[in-house]
Formats: sequence, C-alpha cells, structure tokens
Amino acid sequence: MAHFTKATSVHDWLDQRLAIDTLRRVLAKEYWIPKNINFLWAMGMVLAFTFGILLVSGIFLLMYYQPNVNLAFDSVNYTIMREVEFGWLWRHVHAVAASVVFLIIYIHMLTGIYYGSYKKGREMIWISGMLLFVAFSAEAFSGYMLPWGQMSYWAGMVITNLFSLGSLEFNGLVEWIRGDYVPGQAFLDRFFMLHVLLIPLAILALIGLHFGALRIPHVNNQDGEEIDFEEEAAKYKAGRKRESKVIAFANDFLSKDMFVVSIFLLFFFYLVFWHYGFAMDPINFDPADGLKTPPHIYPEWYFLWSYEILRPFPKDPGLIAFGFAQVIFFLLPFLDKSPNAVPASRRGIFFWWFWALVIDMIVLTAMGKLPPQGIYSTIGLVAAVAFIGLWIALPFITKMEKKV
Amino acid sequence: MKELKILAIVVFFTLVTYWLVEPFAHSQMHKHVESEGFTYKDLPALTKKGDAARGQELVMGAGACVGCHSIEAAGMPAAMDPVTNSASYGVNPPDLSNVGALYDAKFLAALIKNPAHALKVEHKFTPESGKMHPMPGFYGAGGDIDQEVADMVAYLQSIAPKVDEITPAQAFETACGRCHAVRYEKWTQIGEKPSFKKKRDELVFETKLEDYKANLTNYMGKLPPDLSMYIRSRGEHYLSTFMENPQNLLPGTAMPRVGVNAEGAEKVIEYLEDAGDPKRAERDSVGVKVMIYLLVFAAAAYLWKKEIWKDLH
Ligand code: HEC
Ligand code: HEC
Ligand code: HEM
Repeated sequence: MAHFTKATSVHDWLDQRLAIDTLRRVLAKEYWIPKNINFLWAMGMVLAFTFGILLVSGIFLLMYYQPNVNLAFDSVNYTIMREVEFGWLWRHVHAVAASVVFLIIYIHMLTGIYYGSYKKGREMIWISGMLLFVAFSAEAFSGYMLPWGQMSYWAGMVITNLFSLGSLEFNGLVEWIRGDYVPGQAFLDRFFMLHVLLIPLAILALIGLHFGALRIPHVNNQDGEEIDFEEEAAKYKAGRKRESKVIAFANDFLSKDMFVVSIFLLFFFYLVFWHYGFAMDPINFDPADGLKTPPHIYPEWYFLWSYEILRPFPKDPGLIAFGFAQVIFFLLPFLDKSPNAVPASRRGIFFWWFWALVIDMIVLTAMGKLPPQGIYSTIGLVAAVAFIGLWIALPFITKMEKKV
Repeated sequence: MKELKILAIVVFFTLVTYWLVEPFAHSQMHKHVESEGFTYKDLPALTKKGDAARGQELVMGAGACVGCHSIEAAGMPAAMDPVTNSASYGVNPPDLSNVGALYDAKFLAALIKNPAHALKVEHKFTPESGKMHPMPGFYGAGGDIDQEVADMVAYLQSIAPKVDEITPAQAFETACGRCHAVRYEKWTQIGEKPSFKKKRDELVFETKLEDYKANLTNYMGKLPPDLSMYIRSRGEHYLSTFMENPQNLLPGTAMPRVGVNAEGAEKVIEYLEDAGDPKRAERDSVGVKVMIYLLVFAAAAYLWKKEIWKDLH
C-alpha cells in the first residue's frame, strides 16, 4: 500500500491521493505546443467550448421538452419559448451553436488539409476527427427531429428513406429504423434517446480519443517544420523561453486560445440575439403534417454539399456517389501519397487541388439548397462529378509531388 | 498581419457561403411580392362625401347590416350566437364597431356593393358554382347608390374608436378571428377560450367549437390554419403582403382579401408577434448586456495573452 503522511494543506491532501501536481504537469505545464502557429490552431478549443455550450443549453431544454408527437411542438414553441424564464435564450443558444459548430468544424478540417496535419503520425488524429464529424452529423440530425415541425418530419422521412438503398428496396430496413411505416411516436422516441444519450456519450468518448491521438505526434505548425520537442522543451524549462520553439499548453497556448474564444463568443452571441434565422428554419415552425409535403425539402446548410452529390444523379448511382462522399474524407491520409506535411502553398498542384475542393464544396452547398431545376441542376451535376474527380486525381497529383 | 490575412480569407468564404444558402437561395425559392402600402389601387376611389347620420339610418335599415352583424359600439348586440351564424353563413359575421378605423374606406365601399369582388373570392362564387357569397351586395335604397354607400362608410368611421385605441387583439378578432384560431393566445374562432372549473362546461364549449369549425371548413373548403407561430414560419413581410392580397401568394386560395388599412395591418402583425415571438424586446435588452459583458471579457483575455506572451516573443 502506498505511504500516506499527514497532509500539510488541502492541496497536499489531494496531491497524495490524486497526484494532481503530476496531472497538471503532464496535461498543462509541460504539454508542449509549437510557438509557430496562428489562430486557426485555436479552432479545436473553440469546438470544445461550443460543445460545452451545446451540452449545457441542451440540459436546460431537456427539463421541459416532451418527446411525444402530440406535445413536442408546443413544448418547444410554447412552453420553452414563452412560459419558461429565459427558455427562449437556451433554445436560441442551442440552435445557433448546433449550426455554428459545423462552420468551425469545416474550418478546422480545412486547416488540417491545408497544413497537411493528417499524415506523418497524425493519421489517428484525422480519423478520430472524422469520427467526430460523423457523430456530430448524427447528433445534429437527431436533434432536428425533436421539435416535430414540418422539416423535422419530412427530412426524417427523406433521410431514413435512403436506407432502402435504391433498387435494393430494403424497405424492411427503413421500417426497422423508423419503428413504423412512417415517422411517428416510435421514431421520435428513438431519435430522442439517440440525441440526448447515446450520441453525446459517443462524442465525449471520441473527444477523449481525439485528444489522446494528439499527444504523441503533437500538433503541426504553420511552416510544417519538424520540431525536436525534447530539445526545445529543455530550452523552455531552462528559462530560454524566447529562443525555444515550443510553448506550454497552460497558460501560454491557453491565453491565446481564450482570446480567440472571446472573439468567437462575440460573433456567436451576436447571431444568437440578432441573426438566428439561418439556424432555425422557418418551415420548422409549422407543426409536422404527414399529409402536406412542403414545396421545398432541404437539409440544414452543413449537409447540403453531400445532399447535392446524391441529388443530380439517377437513384442508384446517386446513392453510390453519396456513399463515396461520406467515406472519402476518412481516407485522405492514405490517398495523399506525398511525404510532405507542409502548407499547401509549398506543395505545387496540391495547392490548386485544395482551393478547387473548397470552391467545389461551396458550389455544391449552394446548389443543394436551390430547387433542382434548369441551370442549377446542371451546375450541381458538374460540381458533383468534379468532387469525385478531384478525389480520384488526388493520389496521382500527390505522387508526382517533389519532396520539399 | 499574416493572421489578419488568414482571417480575411475565412470571413470571405463564410460570407459567400452564407449569402448563397440564405438570401440568394430564398430569393430563388419564394416569390417575392412588394407591398403596395394597403392602398387597394384596383378599387375605385370614393367620389362622394358621406353623411354619418344618414349612414346610420341605412346601416340599421335598408342596408340590413345589423340583420347579420352586431355593432356593440352602437348598442346593437349579436342576434345569434357564432355557431348558429356559422350554420347560416358558413362563418360568423364580424362585429362592425371597429371596422371604420381598421379597414380602408375604399375597400369598405366596394365591399358593401359587391363583397365577393372586394374580397377577391369571385372564383369561388361563379354563376356555374351556383353559390352566392353569404353577404349580399347592396343595390341601393332608392337614391344615389354611391352617396348611400359613402354615408354608410362615414357612419362606420364615426362610431369607430381611434386606431391607437384599438388593441392588437381587437384588431385580430375583427379582421381574422372568425376564421383563424391562435391557440398560444387562447383564441378560438368563437372567442377566447375561458378556463373552466367544470369538465362539463369545457366539453360544451369544445362541442360548440367543433360545430363551428365543421361549418367553417364546409364554407372555406378547408380549415384555416392556427396562426400561433406564423410570425416565425412566414415572417412579417410575407404575412403583411399576404393580408394585402392572398391571391398574389396563393393563387386561387379561399382566404379573402381582408381589406385592412396600413395601421390595421400593423396591429394584426403585432398580435401575431405577441403570439409567436413574445420575447423580442427581452431578446434585445438581454442581448445588449451580454455583448457588453463579452467585450469586457475579450479585453481581459487580450491583456492576459499580452502579459503571458511578453516573455515568449
Ligand atoms: C346576410 C348577412 C349579411 C349582411 C346583411 C351583411 N353582411 Fe357583412 N358579412 C357577412 C358575412 C357572412 C361576412 C363574412 C364573410 C367572409 O368572411 O367570408 C361579412 C363580412 C363583413 C365585413 C368584413 C369583411 C372583411 O374583409 O373582413 C364587413 C366590414 C361587413 N361584412 C360589413 C357589412 C355592412 C357594412 C353591411 C351592410 C351594408 C353588411 N356587412 C351586411 C354577412 C352579412
Ligand atoms: C373568411 C375566412 C378568413 C379570414 C377572415 C382570414 N383568413 Fe387567413 N386563411 C383562410 C383560409 C381558408 C386559409 C387557407 C388558405 C389556403 O391554404 O389556400 C387561410 C390561410 C392563411 C394564412 C396561411 C397562408 C399560407 O402561406 O399558407 C395566413 C398567414 C393567413 N391566413 C392570415 C390571415 C390574417 C392575418 C387574417 C386577418 C387579417 C386572415 N388570415 C383572415 C381564411 C381566412
Ligand atoms: C467536433 C469536435 C472536435 C473537437 C472538440 C476537436 C478538438 C481539437 C483540438 C483541441 C485540437 C488541438 C488544437 C488544434 O489544432 O486546433 C485538434 C486538432 C486536430 N483536429 Fe480536431 N476537433 C474536433 C473535430 C475534428 C474533425 C471533424 C477533424 C477532421 C477530420 C479534426 C481534425 C484535427 C486535426 C487533423 C488536428 C491536428 C491539427 C494539427 O496537428 O495542426 N478534428 N482538434
């Protein structure tokens, strides 16, 4: 058994039992981050913060929400929005955070792609990140079902229909997922369970994995410079902080993160109070009605690009293209054949590949919302084909890349 | 400097995406109708100056208005209850106390002469359909019909309170309440739903309401929707242009052009805001406080960062 002495202070008492000093050293004081990074490296912290906001606001909403097809709409729009003190605030915070988190996720992902932070030992960071993306997508979709408005119902209908897998006609699978022939009470109940319990648990575990995956390779830096962390840490600890290429997670990196978080919060709360419309679709303020199909059914903005990869093709090829879009980002570390983990600006054709991907995904996003008619469906088709083409070209482009 | 450049790129692409999926996409998906300021240009202007005293005689007499409508302001209660009225007319004719203030004068004159035309529901009452609008047109009481109509309008205006004395709820009741429920304000088509002590009284009320809704559905072809959340699902611009002329946005719809003036429309919108967005004032005031707090927080965060980084650079 370990040897315990009479504690000299509360701190000492805790340290003997929980080794808090060691924890603090390992997780904060001597967790080394390159000095040469810009604010894009604070996006991970912004994401962790936004997830915290979602968790807290969600817990407040959960105290009044009723997962029942007859009560859900009014429990949200009447009870929470009108009756409960500051209920409207929690709802707006939750809805806006759910939308903004995807903006930050996309910035965070594109940062990773631009700086090549998914290879040379960072593959697991990338893969755990993609798992987080999938988990967040499922979380957002299941949450969208809960107010039981027109868009909840019809988006639920359309998305679950995809599981019939086109001409394979797996209608039994669709019914199994819905628990009924059409979305109803069983459907709402299970999506409620997923949204408030199972998926948040998975997200918490995945965040743990993501952070763990960062530990050994450390984060990349904006010049793709390979840093000898031990040597640089020794300089830092010897007091030669200015000269050292690394900084400590706390408080060096943290103080910069908190400044970025504070700017983000200004932007975020501006949206919450004055510009929330983009995150709360007007059509979802009409109660669900299985007999009245809305004229335009579209997903939230962050799913539009993959929706548009599904839409312009005939049924079966569309599903295959959609499946391709869902998994292809996972494979990025293995499709990129170049040994260079440096910013795209120093990687020749890859630089153009990166910006073509960004622009193509924005075009897909726009076309995914527009009605699929005339010129819009043509542009959508071209952009969808271009998306697939870009990914097929990636191994060839990167193979030809010269080592820098 | 480099960080600002990166920030500018991020902001640029974010704004482009936002513009494409919000303002641009919505402009392509929904027909945009401009308001004409509730001027009802298609209706002829009033040429005669009305005399309220003679108007009163017509409204109570030859015009027969009080045969169907109550005018509480003139001490004329309803002859029949809403459900019985709906059995005869399909809908409960509104009380006329406030119409002089809430409705456009040209519209009232046109309505008295030819209701289906002013209400823009002639497509429902064609000769082939064999149906007549439940409110008959006025064919004159022997004199100059334009003068008589102007007199009646003048009378209705003379008994009405000033617009600002009319509450949003009263405006809604007169203009929309006979067809639309607003359950978040406890409004039903047969009046505000009281809180009942006895289950039986509640059931009696519910039964009456169901009868009324059945008659209304029969008259309109469908039950007009509950408008509780319409301020969020349709927005102010849509509601206001829809009220001005429903046919512009839903061609062939059974909903009549109601004929409110600009002030009347504003009251109705205010009522719908109170129903579906009652916390808008609180949102602004809390918002300002949160922003001030966050500015202080950002300043503190900035100073902390500077303090720590002065040893690092
Ligand atoms: C036979 C019964 C009847 C008579 C007589 C009648 N009305 Fe009406 N009135 C109605 C009904 C029914 C409605 C509701 C129609 C609807 O909403 O479709 C109505 C609606 C109205 C409205 C509201 C229109 C709107 O746009 O909201 C006004 C104002 C009105 N009547 C004024 C008059 C005046 C003034 C007279 C006398 C000249 C009159 N009514 C005579 C039955 C009658
Ligand atoms: C005589 C009955 C009647 C009156 C009075 C009436 N409405 Fe309607 N309203 C209807 C009917 C019927 C519909 C359904 C129309 C349809 O779906 O074609 C409707 C639909 C609507 C809609 C939904 C439109 C949409 O986009 O689906 C709105 C908004 C609306 N009414 C607002 C109002 C307002 C505001 C007033 C008062 C100024 C009013 N209505 C007065 C009968 C009425
Ligand atoms: C949604 C929840 C997520 C959280 C809370 C989160 C959090 C973090 C944090 C704190 C960091 C370290 C600091 C930084 O570089 O920003 C990080 C790094 C990283 N994340 Fe995430 N992340 C999330 C999602 C994702 C996703 C969806 C991806 C992409 C598939 C991803 C890929 C990466 C990569 C590649 C790095 C390493 C960056 C580098 O080495 O420079 N993360 N993440």
